[in-house]
Amino acid sequence: MKYIEEFRNIKLAQALSAQITRVSKRPLSLMEVCGTHTASIFRHGIQDLLPPTIRLLSGPGCPVCVTASSDVDKALMISRMPGVILSTFGDMMRVPGSYGSLQEARAEGAGVHIVYSPLDALHLAEGRPNQKVVFFGVGFETTSPLIAATLKRAMSLGLKNLYLLSVHKLIPPALRSLVSSREVKIDGLILPGHVSAIIGSGPYQFLAKEFRVPAVISGFEPLDILQSICMLVEQAEGEEAKVQIQYRRAVSPQGNERAVRCLEEIFHPVDEHWRGLGLLPDSGLKLREEWREWDAESQFDLPTCSSEDPPLCQCGEILRGVLLPSQCSLFAESCTPDNPVGPCMVSSEGTCSIHYRYGRVPSHDGRS
Amino acid sequence: MCIAIPGKVVGLEEDGAIVSFGGTLRKANLDLVEGVREEDYVIVHAGFVIRKLDEREALETLELIKGAGLEIH
Repeated sequence: MKYIEEFRNIKLAQALSAQITRVSKRPLSLMEVCGTHTASIFRHGIQDLLPPTIRLLSGPGCPVCVTASSDVDKALMISRMPGVILSTFGDMMRVPGSYGSLQEARAEGAGVHIVYSPLDALHLAEGRPNQKVVFFGVGFETTSPLIAATLKRAMSLGLKNLYLLSVHKLIPPALRSLVSSREVKIDGLILPGHVSAIIGSGPYQFLAKEFRVPAVISGFEPLDILQSICMLVEQAEGEEAKVQIQYRRAVSPQGNERAVRCLEEIFHPVDEHWRGLGLLPDSGLKLREEWREWDAESQFDLPTCSSEDPPLCQCGEILRGVLLPSQCSLFAESCTPDNPVGPCMVSSEGTCSIHYRYGRVPSHDGRS
Repeated sequence: MCIAIPGKVVGLEEDGAIVSFGGTLRKANLDLVEGVREEDYVIVHAGFVIRKLDEREALETLELIKGAGLEIH
């Protein structure tokens, strides 16, 4: 068992495709909320294996894409402070704030470092005791426990020059916002596998109980996604609504309790602004009061300034599944991966970037 | 960004595991998991092991998928 090739078997993919076609009777819109799923669906041509009744929509599951301009602006401000290094994941570099991106700031001489792991930021701080290192923490529940573990490690090492600018977000409140707004018809949700490896299936139960929306926690290989779609179709056709786990090799109902404990020790939930979704209650993570001295927002003077999203950019509608990228007037015209206007075109897991790369053309029923 | 890749633990050190991704070796932190041993397959996200993979569950998932095929042929 290598956990990759086994889940890419073409014959089994065809069998699942046939099974979905056999079970599917009525039109269903299924939303995947994780950018890694969106990328896998396009890379493996999953839509082409589905009957015309099944429509796949992309949701707000790209952390880079949902980061508010105002938060990018804070990182930009920090990066320009003397004696300060801002470190973050490579994905964040080109995301536009109101006044440019971190990549542009770096080109102008600001101290910006790309890291693969938050531990690299810790090592950076260890190696430069006379500078302040701020980690710009972006990501969902998959990523935030790593940041928590890094801070605990930094504390045990007695490091005094590492700080966190946390814009971490939580997936369940975003799902609640999507299904309760009823702006888009969602007949089933493909839930994020690696967020769920951490939080388990418990926090999603409201989807089935309160909103009667079928939901399946899915892995990322083609067979995983096809099997999850099959399970969603079976639920919907059987008038059922429950939260099922397809990705059982990595996800248990209780999740990774050690990681959740670590997360809760360091962070607490706060109301947070999401690009495209607005202010959502208890949807962001900030450091607890005990960790105040590590918190960049309390340790640095960050004046609030008015932030603006790029004019005409429709990333918000795309993140909510209301519009497809091709329905945005900027798509593939003034907004391309080389010259992105909005964040969905920046990240390799952004919906616009994926549609651009895989050249999605209108299909048999006119959808793109 | 939640991308996390399966790899095989080929060595354990004081401050982490050595994980092989198809032959490429990388060190991964073990602070968030318990009981990882050599030969285990794990998923690694941004330098941390976030989960040990369960082989029995993986085989059962594949069996279920094969079952879907049998219903048609």
